[in-house]
Amino acid sequence: MSAPNKSYDPVEVEALKPEEIERMRDEALAAFAAADSLDALQEAKVAHTGGTSPLALANREIGALPPQAKAEAGKRVGQARGAVNKGLAARQAELEAERDARVLVEEAVDVTLPYDRVPAGARHPLTTLSERIEDVFVAMGYEVAEGPEAEAEWFNFDALNIGPDHPARGEADTFFVRGPEGGTESGVVLRTHTSPVQIRSLLDREPPVYVICPGRVYRTDELDATHTPVFHQVELLAVDEGLTMADLKGTLDHMVQSLFGEGMRTRLRPNFFPFTEPSAEMDMLCYVCKGASVGNPDRPCRTCSSEGWIELGGCGMVNPRVLTACGVDPEKYSGFAFGFGIERMLMFRHNVEDMRDMVEGDVRFTRPFGMEI
Amino acid sequence: MRVPLSWLREYVDLPATETGRDVQAKLISAGLEVETVEHLGADLKGPLVVGRVLTIEELEGFRKPIRFCTVDVGSANGTGEPQEIVCGARNFAVGDKVVVVLPGAVLPGGFAISARKTYGKVSHGMICSSDELGMGDDRTEGIIVLPPETETGKDAIELLELVDEVLDIAVTPDRGYCLSIRGVAREAATAYGLPLRDPALIDVPGPNAFGHPVRVSDPAGCDRFTARTVTGLNPDARSPIWLRRRLQKVGMRPISLAVDITNYVMMEIGQPLHAYDRSLVQGAIGVRRAEPGEKLTTLDGVTRTLDAEDLVITDERGPIGLAGVMGGADTEIGDHDDPGKATGDVVIEAAHFDAVSIARTARRHKLSSEASRRFERGVDPKAASAAAQRTVDLLVLLAGGTAEAGVTEVVAPGAPTTITIPADHPDKVAGMSYGRESVVRRLQEVGCDVYGQDELVVTVPSWRPDLTDPNDLAEEVIRLEGYENLPTTLPRPPAGRGLTHRQRLHRRVGRALAGAGYVEAPGYPFLSEQVFDQLGLEADDPARRVVKLTNPLSDEEPALRTSLLPGLLGALRRNDGRGSHDLALFETGLVFHPREEERTAVHPAVDRRPGAEELAALDAALPEQPRHVAVVLAGAREQSGWWGKGRPADWADAVEAARTVAGEAGAELTVRKGQYGPWHPGRCAELVVTEDGAERVVGHAGELHPRVVKTLGLPARTSAMELDLDVLERVGDDTPQAPGISTFPVATQDVALVVDAYVPAADVEAALREGAGELLESIRLFDVYDNAEQLGEGRKSLAYALRFRAGDRTLTVDEASAARDAAVALAGDRVGAVLRA
Repeated sequence: MSAPNKSYDPVEVEALKPEEIERMRDEALAAFAAADSLDALQEAKVAHTGGTSPLALANREIGALPPQAKAEAGKRVGQARGAVNKGLAARQAELEAERDARVLVEEAVDVTLPYDRVPAGARHPLTTLSERIEDVFVAMGYEVAEGPEAEAEWFNFDALNIGPDHPARGEADTFFVRGPEGGTESGVVLRTHTSPVQIRSLLDREPPVYVICPGRVYRTDELDATHTPVFHQVELLAVDEGLTMADLKGTLDHMVQSLFGEGMRTRLRPNFFPFTEPSAEMDMLCYVCKGASVGNPDRPCRTCSSEGWIELGGCGMVNPRVLTACGVDPEKYSGFAFGFGIERMLMFRHNVEDMRDMVEGDVRFTRPFGMEI
Repeated sequence: MRVPLSWLREYVDLPATETGRDVQAKLISAGLEVETVEHLGADLKGPLVVGRVLTIEELEGFRKPIRFCTVDVGSANGTGEPQEIVCGARNFAVGDKVVVVLPGAVLPGGFAISARKTYGKVSHGMICSSDELGMGDDRTEGIIVLPPETETGKDAIELLELVDEVLDIAVTPDRGYCLSIRGVAREAATAYGLPLRDPALIDVPGPNAFGHPVRVSDPAGCDRFTARTVTGLNPDARSPIWLRRRLQKVGMRPISLAVDITNYVMMEIGQPLHAYDRSLVQGAIGVRRAEPGEKLTTLDGVTRTLDAEDLVITDERGPIGLAGVMGGADTEIGDHDDPGKATGDVVIEAAHFDAVSIARTARRHKLSSEASRRFERGVDPKAASAAAQRTVDLLVLLAGGTAEAGVTEVVAPGAPTTITIPADHPDKVAGMSYGRESVVRRLQEVGCDVYGQDELVVTVPSWRPDLTDPNDLAEEVIRLEGYENLPTTLPRPPAGRGLTHRQRLHRRVGRALAGAGYVEAPGYPFLSEQVFDQLGLEADDPARRVVKLTNPLSDEEPALRTSLLPGLLGALRRNDGRGSHDLALFETGLVFHPREEERTAVHPAVDRRPGAEELAALDAALPEQPRHVAVVLAGAREQSGWWGKGRPADWADAVEAARTVAGEAGAELTVRKGQYGPWHPGRCAELVVTEDGAERVVGHAGELHPRVVKTLGLPARTSAMELDLDVLERVGDDTPQAPGISTFPVATQDVALVVDAYVPAADVEAALREGAGELLESIRLFDVYDNAEQLGEGRKSLAYALRFRAGDRTLTVDEASAARDAAVALAGDRVGAVLRA
């Protein structure tokens, strides 16, 4: 900065004339407006706001003015510089916005490109459907119980009131395990139902007992569209004081509502099982047509064959003889039990048409079911 | 049990408007599993009439003999002129009465009849076989020939009872009495609240000393034996149409009049009967257990060696029948189609045999008959004499026989079953209040005698041997009151604790593997022992010891799996064959190992809880059944695509799967170089955990041996992993501890170490970790390099990124470098690692 001019001549300070300052300001603003890129604006910025720009130079001249003129000139130059800076900032923002918009356009991709770098895995729907059912009962306070698949006949038959000569024992298509030294008598079978787990549960626990027993079971059926020698069941057992068939019915209704939605219900039909007395076959309302297809040929229902009901499985009040075999006093305790096949439920719940699809492990079948069902 | 509605109506006056479907619904809610209702003759439309054959002209020149007939059909054809019909059957003659279907009629199956030209003639209708009319098998070849007295022109639809509904009932083992029209009629009567006309309620003469002699030497096996004799049967008598039709409708084949009558009465009353040709029975009829090794040829022509437990019917010579199962060929009554052998006199047996004995004999000889099915499930012993009487009556009526006055009845003394229940027992079982009145009424409907007020003393009817326990009576009351009328309530279980650690682990493992791209493929546990050779197992490999089945589905696969791999590899191959080549599959499931000491499982009594020793003995007889988890991979693990190149699945993915599973189990898994049967000897990891202070190999992972891949026809470079999940669960800790999180800056140091190629990276990393000390936050191997020119032959370079951080201060460069140097130094000492220049 130059030293104050002691012998000043106002007339000679050309740069501080109002017109001159306005011109400098307008030239700066025009240069900014003309800048069509951030680089050009940077050049204009250096030219019009930098240390050697006309307004900066003019500002330096203020010191040479007499005191009474300094204030007025200072104000004039200050206002002009303010306007220039504001104009610069506005243009800067404008150009940056333009650039950002352009970059975003340039960075656009085709979001419809498929991506299957690592195809998703999946759990088998028999597993996940079984878990879904377990969860309904776990939420009610039941325990999940498991047991061996190669099981003693005593657990699979005897304790369930299926004595050696019971007709039901002859009818069950049982796989028998070879005995020691290859003998035929081992007393061990591949369990034909998950009911032996109920027996184990009663032996392991003091009543009240509330368990759900999912698992693989075996019958000597050849694999075809509707049969498989290895399949899955879920069975339930409740033993407590004062349990009734009404409790069984309520529990079944709760289950089908949990799995198939509000308004669902079950129906019991008398039947016979050695391990329950009274015994019943249980059906659930068809969750697709809700019974509307019955006697209504215009609206046939594929799921229930227009029967209105879908057969689920068997149930009943635990035969007091079973309780006795497990050391539970049938005078004090009663119980109910039910069981059904998961394959069947998977078939009607998810329109599986062929049993073989469920057992062959074809990834095309399993993948759509994902992690949960 | 097939039940024609027309027959049922004979004993119950069901409303005329009730259809088969209506009756089905009623019986289902009463507890009979009526599976189907068959509508016989549903699509049948007349005119179908009786015709008399007037002329037969044999047409020549065709491949098979063809007849051109004229048949008198009375006025049924509107003209009264003989009907001209072409017919291919030959079992009829001029003058025979036949069934003629006229143009305009429709036969079962929608087969419309019209006049049509055939074999050079116009056939105005057809002469019918029983098959064409949907009547079932009547053992006749060709067309139906009716009895000569049948009226010409008569409507044959009615005559042959072609229109009917038949209920097919799957009778449960407790409802033996429903293997008869009588039993089903009883249920129908109760369901409709109508009276039952019991066909067994007939007058029966009392026993006397003149009947055929019978000696029962095993009254426990046979507590009742009635014998009646009918003589002078007309050898020309045939079963009338109504009898044949009823048998056909219940699914039996008419055979001969005497046999048809015994079958008919069995169907009607439920009592199996046997007719012996009296001339072939020598001396007294006996009932005893067989002598071991005795032989008997049964009616099916099979000669059977008898067991000492078999109950047999005998005459002087020895066994003449397998009691309650099947008669013997020696005393079989003759067939009227076999001239000279026709039976003139018969002895009728109506006996009651022990259910268990019959069941065992039927099972032992693999011989299930209509009789054995009924005895196994319980036959009404008190209906025996009535059934014998019905048989006698029908033989007299239809076969022109004469009933002998002699009546033999051998009856072992026995008391009826009596059950005492509180009157509110059914209420307590059902969860609703029926009241004493209803309970008593329902039990009476079942046929029980009921006495008492608050305590009911219930005597069950002779046809319900299944009613033995209080709950049996409760069921009768509840089913008759209607299961559909049960209320719904929810019990209140004690507060639950959710899934166990083990159950949560099984779910987590499945989710983690599925999350890593594996698809679950559960397989059958059956395998062929050959697979162990294919997998390259040593001869003494413990996995070769298998549990075997006595009755496998396939003789090729008699063993239970000791590994999940055979099944999973099968699924891999199947998928590959179906065009899915990029595969990652997993399975969790049980494998089966025989115990060191194999035992036979005991059968403790069931009238009490087994003792601790009995329970231990039961479990000791079971195979070991640990849960395994396995994965198999082939093809691409990462696909190529617009994002760049993919990557084939390899040994490292299999090892990674093991780490994933161990991570879920919270188990510390050591991976080290291993060598085991199915795996490539240079690409096999042994998976090890420490249990109770001892190292234990829990599985293997890596690429499969090329020989195994070839033998099993697998895709090249198939990789696999299998682990014992139960051990991982035991050693695992599912409560991870939170680390302290330092907010001070991290100091990163990279080192590249050169070691001999055989040095496992795991050892290098372990040395670095230990040497770096507690400032080390993490270590990561980011490069492996083995250029022989730069490193020298047999050397490799491992590059690690070390991250250091302190919990209480910012580390200086010197501190981080010192820790790194210490790490490198220890790696140098331990595995000879040197910093790469």
